[in-house]
Amino acid sequence: MTATIGIQDAPPLRLIDRVNPVTKLAAAMLVTTPLLFTVDWVSAATALVIEVLLFTVAGVRLGMLVRRAWPILLAAPIAGISMLLYGRPSGEEYWSFWLARITDGSIELAIAVTIRVLAIGLPAVLLFLRVDPTELADGLAQVWRLPSRFVLGALAGARLVGLFIEDWHAMALSRRARGIGDTGALRRFATMAFALLVLAIRRGSKLATAMEARGFGSDRTRTWARESTVGGSDWVLIAIALAVAAAALGAAVWAGTFHPVWA
Amino acid sequence: MSEGLATHPAAVDARGWGWRHASRLRPAVQGVDLRVEPGERVLLVGPSGAGKSTLLHAMAGVHGGDDEGEAFGELLVDGIEPARARGRAGLVLQDPDSQVILARVGDDVAFGCENLGVPRDEIWRRVHVALDDVGLDVPLDHPSSALSGGQKQRLALAGALAMRPGLLLLDEPTANLDPAGVREVRAAVERVLDRHGSTLVVVEHRVDIWADLVDRVVVLGHDGRLIADGAPRLVLARERDALLDAGVWVPGAPLGAGTARATDGTAPDPMIAARGLAIGRSVKGVVQRGLELELLRGTSTVVTGPNGAGKSTLALTLGGLLRPIEGRVEASASLSAGLRGEPIAWRSRDLLTRIGTVFQEPEHQFVTSTVRAELEVAPRALRLGDRETAERVDELLARLRLERIARANPFTLSGGEKRRLSVAAVLAARPSVLILDEPTFGQDRTTWLELTTLLRTLVDDGLTLLSVTHDAAYIGALGDDRIHLEHSTERAFA
Repeated sequence: MTATIGIQDAPPLRLIDRVNPVTKLAAAMLVTTPLLFTVDWVSAATALVIEVLLFTVAGVRLGMLVRRAWPILLAAPIAGISMLLYGRPSGEEYWSFWLARITDGSIELAIAVTIRVLAIGLPAVLLFLRVDPTELADGLAQVWRLPSRFVLGALAGARLVGLFIEDWHAMALSRRARGIGDTGALRRFATMAFALLVLAIRRGSKLATAMEARGFGSDRTRTWARESTVGGSDWVLIAIALAVAAAALGAAVWAGTFHPVWA
Repeated sequence: MSEGLATHPAAVDARGWGWRHASRLRPAVQGVDLRVEPGERVLLVGPSGAGKSTLLHAMAGVHGGDDEGEAFGELLVDGIEPARARGRAGLVLQDPDSQVILARVGDDVAFGCENLGVPRDEIWRRVHVALDDVGLDVPLDHPSSALSGGQKQRLALAGALAMRPGLLLLDEPTANLDPAGVREVRAAVERVLDRHGSTLVVVEHRVDIWADLVDRVVVLGHDGRLIADGAPRLVLARERDALLDAGVWVPGAPLGAGTARATDGTAPDPMIAARGLAIGRSVKGVVQRGLELELLRGTSTVVTGPNGAGKSTLALTLGGLLRPIEGRVEASASLSAGLRGEPIAWRSRDLLTRIGTVFQEPEHQFVTSTVRAELEVAPRALRLGDRETAERVDELLARLRLERIARANPFTLSGGEKRRLSVAAVLAARPSVLILDEPTFGQDRTTWLELTTLLRTLVDDGLTLLSVTHDAAYIGALGDDRIHLEHSTERAFA
């Protein structure tokens, strides 16, 4: 349900809204995977600058960026600070306390890591702002030809998570009502986890029965009520993603900072 | 796929049919000989555990392979094994929440058609017809999670109908619904049968809901064999005692669980009082505001009102489990017995002897692995001695007919047994105030009678009781005082 609400109040985006969810998945992977292979700051900064530019053109505004991507915006400096204090020291040392040392090397590493977390995190969050789980499943099954049993089973099962959260709340209250809410938190947690497991299996098998009764899992070839297709827009987004990745790596090689993680 | 053509009603043939679950020694159903003619409407009744659902699921072909169990004899739908005739039978189950498959109403109805390989245009045509058949007037992209219980059951019915089944199978479709939901589903089924003439087999222990819609009643006995079969009026009259014995709700049979007494004119003696109370699961989700009410000592109070009006939330708040959003929950001096503050501030162990709460879903409150241990939880938390604990537990085991299953795991019990255990486990602490959330929901007549009679006795002996309920007969026996909640106008959408 939260996913649906999220989709509704996210503003429309140019191009991105017109592509299939699986294309967004592919684009996010194409942009971010190369950035995982190098630890220099030039590639990450290049990618980040281009990304910010492109998302602005697509219609992402600052307020929305902060509202939706705040975990990333928060994680990036935290990762950076830990690198600043504990990153491999080299060059001149400016400050130290016990294990923490700020050096030329750790400063450079901190900047690189902060930019990298942003360059990897932002496209992942922003591309998936308006992805509907049902449409993603349709794309995975129809465009990428993943087994429909697996995809639809996962889609239907994910819907049960909301019920499990309600179960958990009710069980927490009941422990207090039964006089065992004061002490033994660990044991209490164990009884709740066990009960949740039982309920989850039970609900899951009921859902499976309901799906089977509607012909799910039969040998017949399935049709799809919602057609999931890819078109020109999808290829444009893939091309842009490839270009961003190439520009980032190219810039690093050109600047001589390219430093693959395996080297 | 034959467009627009009404599908012909299906026939069911069982010859010496039986089924044994893989984990059980004895068959759940055995020796069933049954012929259901096309277009017939059959009500299948019997005690819980008689295998009614097993038979129904077999007709729907959802029993699966040899790893789930063993079938005997023969069961055919239109002369074909049900599992090979997918789409001939449409099945609606009891629990509204567990059979919603997709997030949007239209997609959910379309799901069965997709699996049957129906072409896309035809699917959407059928979706519209099916939603119209069940009277579910919401947009196709309406979130299925935002539907009420009655709407969810009609959604499940529409999903089955879209497959154009000749046989409609309903497994206690109204057991988890409030009276309004029951009426909705009953009306939808009637309209569907009038329009399509499908064969119907419905399992239900509340006979009155379906008695005038069906033209045949089939009764399964305790051992899973067929014991009666015929016209509703005839079977209900002739097999009355056997049916009552089996816990079936035979229409018109007197209950004799006592009657509610009017609160007398003597000075009111509130055990718990709400003053300017606003309730909700969170500050954003306030469902009621400005509540002023009192639970009188030795009196049974019932809370009624539509789903979503905050009845359960009120019960949990008065029970000291949810924090009031505004206002106070005041305990009388005799109830707090030296404790300060409101019930929500009391320790869990102190709450135990003062206010006991039985949850709507018994499984939410089970914390041990045997029935006996479950009853020992409260006495142990109160640090009673072994002898006193054993005394209390033995008394409750006997009083609520749990002796035979004292060593069983609570999670494996039947619905009636779970309900009795959940009440007994709270009574073990001997609380001054008892709060029950939908205690008779989906219960057979036997459990209902036992529970209602016991509660009436306890109240007459001085217990203060609060029950959230939709059950008119229960209100007749225990509605000494009534609180009715309506949807609050400023209610935030939950």
